[in-house]
Amino acid sequence: MKPIFAPKTTASPPLSEGAGGSQSRAPLWRLLRVIWSNYRFSLMTVAACIVVTSLTTLASTLFTRSLIDDYIAPLTAATTPDYSPLAHTLGLLAAVLLIGVVCSYAHSRLMINVSQGTMLRLRTSLFDHMQQLPVSYFDSNAHGKVMSTYTNDIDSLRQMIGSSLPQTLNSLITITATLVSMLALSLPLTVVSVVMALVMAWTTTTLGKRSRAHFKTQQEKLAEVNGFIEEIIGGQRVVKVFNHERQAAEQFERLNEQLRASTYDANRIANIVMPVNGNLGHLTYVLIAVMGAWLILDGHIDLSLGTLVAFLTLNKSFARPIANVSQQINSVLNASVGAERVFSLMDEPAEVDDGDVTLVNAVETADGFLMPTPLPTGLWAWQVPAEGKDGKPRFVKVDGGVELRDVDFGYVPGKTVLHDIDINAMPDWKIAFVGGTGAGKTTVTNLINRFYEIQHGSITIDGIPVSRIRKHSLRRALGMVLQQTHLFTGSVLDNIRYGRLDATDQDCIEAAKLVGADGFIRRLSDGYHTVLTDDGGNLSHGERQLLAIARAAVADPPVLILDEATSSIDTRTERFVQRGMDTLMKGRTTFVIAHRLSTVRGADCIIVLDHGRIAEQGTHTELLARRGLYYNLASPHPLLKEGEPQ
Amino acid sequence: MFKTIARQIGQYWRATLICPLMVMLEAVIDVLIPYVTASLIDKGINAGDMPAAYRYGAVMLCMAVVSLTLGIIAGRLSAYAGTGFAANLRSAMFANVQRFAFGDIDKYSTAGLVTRMTTDVTNLQNAFQMLLRGTVRAPFTLLSSIVMCFVISPDLSLVFVTATVILAVFLYFIITRVGRLFTGVFKQYDRVNTVVKENVTGVREVKAFTREDHERDKFNDAAGGLHDLYVKAEALMAGTHPVMNMVVYGCIIAISWWGAHFVVAGTLTTGQLTSLFTYVMSILMSLMMVSMVFVQLTQSAASAERVAQVINEVPDILNPTRADAVIPDGSIDFDRVSFAYKGGSGEYALHDIDLHIAAGQTVGLIGGTGSGKSSLINLISRLYDVTRGAVRVGGKDVRTLDLTALRDAVAVVLQQNTLFTGTVLDNLRWGDEHATLDQCREACRLACADEFIKQMPDGYDSPLEQGGANLSGGQRQRLCIARALLKKPRVLILDDSTSALDNDTDARVRRNLATAMPGVTKVIISQRVSSLRDCDSIIVLDNGRLAGFGTHESLLDTCDVYRDINDLQGNPAGAPPTPS
Ligand SMILES: Nc1ncnc2c1ncn2[C@@H]1O[C@H](COP(=O)(O)OP(=O)(O)OP(=O)(O)O)[C@@H](O)[C@H]1O
Ligand SMILES: Nc1ncnc2c1ncn2[C@@H]1O[C@H](COP(=O)(O)OP(=O)(O)OP(=O)(O)O)[C@@H](O)[C@H]1O
Ligand SMILES: [Mg+2]
Ligand SMILES: [Mg+2]
Repeated sequence: MKPIFAPKTTASPPLSEGAGGSQSRAPLWRLLRVIWSNYRFSLMTVAACIVVTSLTTLASTLFTRSLIDDYIAPLTAATTPDYSPLAHTLGLLAAVLLIGVVCSYAHSRLMINVSQGTMLRLRTSLFDHMQQLPVSYFDSNAHGKVMSTYTNDIDSLRQMIGSSLPQTLNSLITITATLVSMLALSLPLTVVSVVMALVMAWTTTTLGKRSRAHFKTQQEKLAEVNGFIEEIIGGQRVVKVFNHERQAAEQFERLNEQLRASTYDANRIANIVMPVNGNLGHLTYVLIAVMGAWLILDGHIDLSLGTLVAFLTLNKSFARPIANVSQQINSVLNASVGAERVFSLMDEPAEVDDGDVTLVNAVETADGFLMPTPLPTGLWAWQVPAEGKDGKPRFVKVDGGVELRDVDFGYVPGKTVLHDIDINAMPDWKIAFVGGTGAGKTTVTNLINRFYEIQHGSITIDGIPVSRIRKHSLRRALGMVLQQTHLFTGSVLDNIRYGRLDATDQDCIEAAKLVGADGFIRRLSDGYHTVLTDDGGNLSHGERQLLAIARAAVADPPVLILDEATSSIDTRTERFVQRGMDTLMKGRTTFVIAHRLSTVRGADCIIVLDHGRIAEQGTHTELLARRGLYYNLASPHPLLKEGEPQ
Repeated sequence: MFKTIARQIGQYWRATLICPLMVMLEAVIDVLIPYVTASLIDKGINAGDMPAAYRYGAVMLCMAVVSLTLGIIAGRLSAYAGTGFAANLRSAMFANVQRFAFGDIDKYSTAGLVTRMTTDVTNLQNAFQMLLRGTVRAPFTLLSSIVMCFVISPDLSLVFVTATVILAVFLYFIITRVGRLFTGVFKQYDRVNTVVKENVTGVREVKAFTREDHERDKFNDAAGGLHDLYVKAEALMAGTHPVMNMVVYGCIIAISWWGAHFVVAGTLTTGQLTSLFTYVMSILMSLMMVSMVFVQLTQSAASAERVAQVINEVPDILNPTRADAVIPDGSIDFDRVSFAYKGGSGEYALHDIDLHIAAGQTVGLIGGTGSGKSSLINLISRLYDVTRGAVRVGGKDVRTLDLTALRDAVAVVLQQNTLFTGTVLDNLRWGDEHATLDQCREACRLACADEFIKQMPDGYDSPLEQGGANLSGGQRQRLCIARALLKKPRVLILDDSTSALDNDTDARVRRNLATAMPGVTKVIISQRVSSLRDCDSIIVLDNGRLAGFGTHESLLDTCDVYRDINDLQGNPAGAPPTPS
């Protein structure tokens, strides 16, 4: 499900000029272009090495042929055999072969760099691009499927780049060389050879096309299997609790069987190519032998039988490399499909980020002006680029006043979730959102930091429309504790430091103390250095939330958004958190979403949302006095009905 | 390890045996074809005898047809056996992971298991196909060539013996090192997978904290590590080629030199010398093949190890032999239970808990963050085993009960809950595969989920994204409750399952449960006293110890912890329960 504001059209992808070519070859060409542009020098060296290696092989073949006639025969004839010419030639041969060995090693070593280097490049640029995708992309794509691109799809390129590419190059050289020699011997016979070669090429492409469709299904199924495994194993605890193991296994069997079937079909067809081409080679041999002999004996062409025999030998070396190349068909097809999938992720349109306002640290000059500074000062300013020609950029102090005007929003077209939202949060205010579940509280916060783009209305911070602010800057100004906590693999300290990378250990521990997380962290096996894995799987839920709060606390942002940050934290601990946060947030704007009235009570403005509309807003006392929705939401607390608690 | 892996060939054993046979026959034909071509040329063309040329041409075509058939069959069989083998490996792993207990899940990372089931298996599949098609042919040619050399000239063949010894030593050296490197390579794959996974699931955190660069560094580190190790391993593998080439070229030169001497001395004919060269070349070719197969096998040995580890993992908790499937009622007893997590700090998460809950009661559970509430309820459906003491459900020790029966009787709504890709209905039917739409509706009505599902575009057939990403937090929780209700359990456990609900909805859910499921024992964990005060009794946990057990009123009198919580939430001591 995509928000309306992320159309899947536009965006001309880099390196996509090849899209005009045939459907199946386009991704492969694009891949080759990527390789060529990065490894031009290596590839040319590899080509040179291949040529030299072929030459040395040729030299050794020639030598063994001449050994008997040119060396051994004279030796046997001589009365006192002189071995020195032989020794001399052997020495020379050894030197030539050594060069061959060196070249062949150099070529395979270089190709390793090329293939692994290309894979690394693709992985990193894929990751770079993935980070720019909008949040909605991740809502609607199975996580494991995305992971599959990084492993299964990119891995499918290795063999093609590493061995098929040089192999093809090698074969091309041999083919050209033999073709020239064949032409020198006989034009008509060469035509026969070439026609047969074309037949081979034709079968290869025909079978290849059929097989490629299956390879494509294979990679898709592989991604699905990857996605299924990731999802089910990630939710394995739920599977256990519901005795769902059998169903999960059955579902997996189905996917697994589809994967098997498509891999089988793909390889079955591709595996035909090699025997067909090999035996077409035999057929050509017979054809030329018989036809040639017949033509010669009947006097149609002027050729000696000896030349025919020589031609036949050449034809053999002509057909062999073609067969060799067709052996690579599986890896080439697989790579072409893998490349297609990699590029399609790379061509996903990125999140729109065309703002020109940035966040900078500032100092206040004596006359009350703001000056940017590279040092962290705790004073933040928005740098607004100059409007006029030679004007200077303007600096606006970050006060944290947030204003929403007439905002409408829906995640899916046709289903508006928020209607006519008007909120005016003054700097330093604590704004609370309350309302039934699904009322749209989280959605409002998602719009302020532009996880999603609004469809109507405007949102401004300190008078600047958020759409003008560079996303990076906007989000740095907003600290968040999300409703659903995620922690990262790494130590507890690393996880807290996630809020501000240059925070010292001491800062992190301070933050943990501030929010009351210090106690449980010290009880962990390695205290602050305990390594968390799998989303903090070895912590209790509330402990995870405490870490998330500490993480936001250490970030020290001008504006803080807490979405049900303490929902799983007990009241006694929450008291600590509250006190800590109050000190922290003094003089900053805070948005809190909570069901607990204890959290909400002290807010400067409470906004009651109901089905995506603002039902009421005001302070706690005002709202209670209205005896409206807020009063009802508060009702399970009997005291509140009587009026203010202690 | 080898046995575990080999067992997964399973129903594909016939193809696995026949395929090499086909390849062997194909190889025989390949050896024969040169003889026929030689005859075609010598007896047909060179002799100017057209009928003979036709004859040999026809023979050769027949052989080509046979070889084609064999080749296609072999290709088909190897694809069949290889892909089948891979599918079996994945199945076996997945099946065993399904047997994993919570404790085992803690041990493996999700990303690691994903790598093992895809990347490692693909690796094994390739190695297996290569084994089927490559191993027969190359050693076959290799051996026959070497034998032929010995027949021709035992003395000269000593050259081969020397060469083989050198090669064997060298291969051994490379293989051991390559194996070690590849073990590291797959660990790096796990890391890459972990980073990508965390970036996909935690995308909101990454963006909210603008940690894109930090994550990129992490990823580059993992992907770069993978690159470096892989390059090292492949470079080592590529190192076999020049060594092999040098040895073989050495042989050629040695044979040329000594051969010349032998010919001059009259112990060797020139014809024999020529054929020796031919054999040396074919030895070179097959050596290349053999070494490639070897190295590929070493590479996949690392994968095999990892795959076998998952297949052979013995789950922490197994169904007892002679399991008791009868659970008479929904009573729950904790007999002096202590519990510590295996992978944890070694400290007890629960100390000496002694509790008795009669069937049909509604029990509240409250306590500080990390006080052991979730740990306690996880013991009831035997998601973990107690360290000391015993947990009994329906009067029977859970360790004697059939796991399926136990977990059917005890429905848990986990605190860290998950919804899955699929429709709303698909997710609900996790509770009961055969539930009708009406039953699902009823469960949703009880969980107050009906109201929002009705508003979704396709109602109960609306698609949910992974983890229920297109729902709000409270909507997810209510759907999870409904899913558990469909199990029609005897014991229902709600682990902080209404934390994201507003008070009003929370109260309605509790009221619905009380009226619709009167006989069911309910354990409700909550941080809100207002949610628990109507319970028959309330358990108060403090740092893994039982701090109090009784009704709201009695706890207010006797339990300091409870009184403190109650006061903090602004509830007046002794006020009458809310009318519900
Ligand atoms: N990613 C999404 N895609 C589509 N719809 C969504 C998405 N996230 C939320 N919704 C829908 O938008 C509405 C508002 O959700 P929101 O998360 O803002 O509620 P909330 O007020 O935070 O509720 P809660 O208290 O339960 O967290 C809900 O009906 C929900 O189903
Ligand atoms: N899988 C685990 N491995 C190791 N230790 C764990 C694991 N799960 C929880 N713990 C530890 O056991 C203790 C009790 O955790 P538990 O989840 O039972 O707390 P809880 O009372 O449910 O807390 P919360 O209210 O935060 O959910 C905590 O200190 C926690 O760190
Ligand atoms: Mg929410
Ligand atoms: Mg818990």
